[in-house]
Amino acid sequence: MKLTEVVNKLELEVICGEDLLENTVTGGYCSDLLSDVMGNAQEGQVWLTIQVHNNIIAVASLKELSAILLVKGLKPGKETIETAIQQGIPILRTNETAFEIAGRLYNLIRQS
Amino acid sequence: MEFEYPIEGGDFTRAGMASSQVKKVLKQLNIAPAIIKRIAVAMYEAEVNVVAHAFKGTMLVNIMPDKVFIKFIDEGPGIHDIDLAMQEGFSTATESVRQMGFGAGMGLPNIKKNVDELQISSVVNKGTTVELTTYIS
Ligand SMILES: Nc1ncnc2c1ncn2[C@@H]1O[C@H](COP(=O)(O)OP(=O)(O)OP(=O)(O)O)[C@@H](O)[C@H]1O
Ligand SMILES: [Mg+2]
Repeated sequence: MKLTEVVNKLELEVICGEDLLENTVTGGYCSDLLSDVMGNAQEGQVWLTIQVHNNIIAVASLKELSAILLVKGLKPGKETIETAIQQGIPILRTNETAFEIAGRLYNLIRQS
Repeated sequence: MEFEYPIEGGDFTRAGMASSQVKKVLKQLNIAPAIIKRIAVAMYEAEVNVVAHAFKGTMLVNIMPDKVFIKFIDEGPGIHDIDLAMQEGFSTATESVRQMGFGAGMGLPNIKKNVDELQISSVVNKGTTVELTTYIS
């Protein structure tokens, strides 16, 4: 499934990476521990997290994740956005909790 | 092919940058993607450990025809008990470092899982050396 479909169906806000929405989403991974994501996330997954600092971009880039999805209405700082644009990582955002949006993402991907 | 990168302790805004650079080089050299992914995880964790736990360090990369060897040398507190540090969940990370999502105590276990050889030596109050070897052919 294309990221653009995920964005539309789940009504996500695109903070940056408008030009990268053709990325393919293979699934999702939900964690706020960076080493957990490093060790267990898989290429192409959307990463659901409450972490907003700059470090999340290096993790997403090294793991070749399709996007970072910030939950609970959290906003990334300017620096995080700049690094994300530089490294080509889309940042998305929702007001829903990780539990709610993960459930919807799971169903969406399962049905596709 | 050899190169090196300085790593600044405490500089979390740049943590992972050296690893990202090396990953780009490995890709250009057409090393198998599955192997690059494993090296990326291991070197990132070792790089972040220097940022999170040491004062400053250097990442030395040596790419040979049959293997990739990466050595991290730092000046820092050293590791008191390496066996303990290797255990999943063990961490001495400070509260502020934990708030950024580090400190799960999974970094060293991640390294171990993703390289062929891992060598750690450390002198308390002096520094730590972490050597990663990955065979590519
Ligand atoms: N370069 C280093 N210098 C000093 N101590 C280190 C170094 N690397 C690791 N350690 C020690 O080993 C512990 C375990 O390291 P490990 O990478 O597994 O976990 P962490 O860095 O605490 O958390 P995480 O990697 O999950 O974010 C650290 O908390 C620290 O006490
Ligand atoms: Mg660590």
